[in-house]
Amino acid sequence: MSTVEIRNLHKSFGDLEVLRGIDFSVESGQVVCIIGPSGSGKSTLLRCVNLLEQPTSGQVFVDGIELTDPDVDIDAARRRIGMVFQQFNLFPHLTVMRNITIAQERVLKRSRAEAERIATENLKKVGLLEKAKAYPAQLSGGQQQRVAIARALAMNPSLMLFDEPTSALDPELVGEVLSVMRQLAQDGMTMLVVTHEMSFAREVADRVVFMDHGVIVEDGPPEQVIGNPKHERTREFLRRVLNPVG
Amino acid sequence: MSSVTEQQQALRPRGGLSPRKKQRISRGIQYAVLVIVVVVLAAIADWPAISQSFLNMDVAREGLPELFTVALKNTVIYTITGYAFGFVLGLVLALMRLSSVGPYRWIAATYIEIFRGLPALVIFLMIINLPLAFPGFRLPGDVYGQAALGLGLVSAAYMAETFRAGLQAVPKGQMEAARSLGMPYMRAMVSIIIPQAVRIVIPPLTNELVLLFKDSSLVLFLGVTASQAELAKFGNDEAATFANPTPIFVAGVTYLLITVPLGYLARRLEARQGGGR
Repeated sequence: MSTVEIRNLHKSFGDLEVLRGIDFSVESGQVVCIIGPSGSGKSTLLRCVNLLEQPTSGQVFVDGIELTDPDVDIDAARRRIGMVFQQFNLFPHLTVMRNITIAQERVLKRSRAEAERIATENLKKVGLLEKAKAYPAQLSGGQQQRVAIARALAMNPSLMLFDEPTSALDPELVGEVLSVMRQLAQDGMTMLVVTHEMSFAREVADRVVFMDHGVIVEDGPPEQVIGNPKHERTREFLRRVLNPVG
Repeated sequence: MSSVTEQQQALRPRGGLSPRKKQRISRGIQYAVLVIVVVVLAAIADWPAISQSFLNMDVAREGLPELFTVALKNTVIYTITGYAFGFVLGLVLALMRLSSVGPYRWIAATYIEIFRGLPALVIFLMIINLPLAFPGFRLPGDVYGQAALGLGLVSAAYMAETFRAGLQAVPKGQMEAARSLGMPYMRAMVSIIIPQAVRIVIPPLTNELVLLFKDSSLVLFLGVTASQAELAKFGNDEAATFANPTPIFVAGVTYLLITVPLGYLARRLEARQGGGR
């Protein structure tokens, strides 16, 4: 059973058809990077996986459960799907510790003590234990994003979604976030990552998916999709991304 | 050098005054008029009568300590209960206004339009006649209940609009992050969105408290007893008793004791929010 399975997914915003028939799956423990030009629908695809966007048609399965079935408790399903956003979206009125414990307590009904123990574990994992009492505004972008990863991990997800996690960061802060993600991948987490970081995709991904105009153009191991792309559109995109000056 | 003087000459108005000189003369005339008005008013006013009628210390002293122990206390009670009711109802209306459920939106929009469009006094007069519609029904706390209801109904409409603006000012990503952690919609609202929205709207909500504090004077029309009197009614009654309007003046000053610091606080909070964070 695949961790994620998507069948004939379509999504329109008004007259604009953003996803035009996506079929694709992610196996347990796989790291899949989605690349493509802006407007290609890669973020929308990611947001359809946990139904932050309601698909216009098609089916989404996570851990074998069809999330697009209206009878499914979507809140329960989302607990198993961690999500990390481009803009971090930490809760600014709460401390780092509270950011990580609030959903554990309110959603998973863990005790305060247990939630804090798990939060501490995950803060250690992202190397920010000393910031537990800080507020998000006191952290750098890279630190905020690492807290956001810890917050998602504290829910014990079986799948992690990353929506351009380093795109809002200053260049010198990208590395610390990528290294946390690399560690996560080595620990066997199933990850679906929308990214522009080609070197990360090449090094960490089991599969790279290239999207353009709402369809998947190419899907395969990184050495094939990035190293030796079959399609002209992929080659064209990679030329622009890898040699921005030329 | 000569060309500079030529340019200087060219910018001088021919045979007239420069704009700056004109402005200075006009300012002088304004000050003169102001001084004349004050002098004339001071000359025609009957100072002994003013001091006798408005600043009569003997009459003012008669109002103590009830001015504070009864009148101000009641004003505060009416204001706080009305505000608490308006706060809760306003928040519910704001959530309805932003709901994806059509009928909720329409109900809230209609309520807000009606209660913002009605004078508070008319609402109070309607509340007095409420028993005609619901025979045998009495509000808990009697006049206190009626006052809380009236002030709450009015302020809820205004606070609903304030809360709506505050809720909309919280970035969309906050709701998405909360939902992606598995929180149901209402849970996310209560734990994540509303606390942030309330922080944003604290300054306008403080202003609303000032407005409500003044509107509490309308309780006068509910037919309150002496022990239920608030500042305006208290001042009016005392003035009638002593055939001297000093108590009304004193009541006015007592309002200012509360409204001026509150207004100052609201502006401070606003400035603090505007300048950073």
